[in-house]
Amino acid sequence: MLNLIWLFLILTGIVVAAFNGRIDLVTETFFSGANEGVKVCLDLIGLMTLWLGMLEVARQAGLIRILARLLRPFTVLFFPGVPSDHPALGAIIMNISANILGLGNAATPFGLKAMEELQKLNPRPDTATDAMCTFLAANTSCIVLVPATIVGVRVAAGSANAAEIVGPTLFATGLTMVVTLLADFCWRNFFRVRRRSAGR
Amino acid sequence: MIAQVLGEVSRWAIPFLFVLFLVAGWCRRVPVYEAFIQGAAEGFQIAVRIIPYLVAMFVAIKIFRVSGAMDIFARICAPLLGLIGAPPEVLPLAVMRPLSGSSALGLATELIHTHGPDTFIGRLASIMQGTTDTTFFVLTVYFGSVGIRRFRHAVPLGLMADLTGLFASLFICHLLF
Repeated sequence: MLNLIWLFLILTGIVVAAFNGRIDLVTETFFSGANEGVKVCLDLIGLMTLWLGMLEVARQAGLIRILARLLRPFTVLFFPGVPSDHPALGAIIMNISANILGLGNAATPFGLKAMEELQKLNPRPDTATDAMCTFLAANTSCIVLVPATIVGVRVAAGSANAAEIVGPTLFATGLTMVVTLLADFCWRNFFRVRRRSAGR
Repeated sequence: MIAQVLGEVSRWAIPFLFVLFLVAGWCRRVPVYEAFIQGAAEGFQIAVRIIPYLVAMFVAIKIFRVSGAMDIFARICAPLLGLIGAPPEVLPLAVMRPLSGSSALGLATELIHTHGPDTFIGRLASIMQGTTDTTFFVLTVYFGSVGIRRFRHAVPLGLMADLTGLFASLFICHLLF
């Protein structure tokens, strides 16, 4: 599916550019786009190094274990394939917490760490596990308690009540998260039932 | 008032976490410096491993946007989304949001400035920006970092989350404003 989407983006881009008589844009955009991709990664190197260092301090201090134990009812329900003391859960919880607090640049390092830990439990290294799909579903649909960036934009634009969107955002993200996790839950169980009956 | 509180929360969150982690580590007799170095050592490799995925995504998204294909795509979708009460102005934002976080924030900022933060479009753009996520960025980068090629139901789930977010933003915006 991603192959198709990627192909669609590039080909329609090139065709439209050619149609508008701006074919020179293609070369220029490809090179500058490639550079931007690497620049994002360079920014990420410092962030990753810093946050993974802090995560290890928190782990050795036992903070992650305490947090994981508190959230165990949820993790058992949504990540049945992950042992309840596995380090992946700590990273998943930190990623979701960072998303809830609107700390975008802390969320990515924890998320990548979580994927690395989940991959250790994966019997087929090129195929996503159920736990990975659940994690990504939770990550992309996550509740947002502090949409700090957009409130800042609204303040800058001279809003009379910049924070009035906080409640609606919380509602919309909450609804999205419930619907998405429910869909994932049904999907997971539907596929498991089908696989089991196919095996008989 | 709430805007100020939120500003303070996001200003204090990261310093608070650092202090919490370090003081907790010190109290539990963790060699904090060695522990930090030990964890940080992995950072570089993980970050570098995602370069090919980032380049692939950035190139595709940029050509799609710069060439004007995104505007055409948004215009094709306009009647569809008009049916559910979305003003056509927010369509580029709805299309861009799953693809690229920085481009979407740019579009949202532009909408808020052009139409005013306290108009229907300004509020809707704000809520949409906070609600949906950069699904494709997250999918390619997260899966790419560990070499997963078969994404299974993560793609439809992510797209569904974005659509649900769009509908939920529209619904609450129509209800309140």
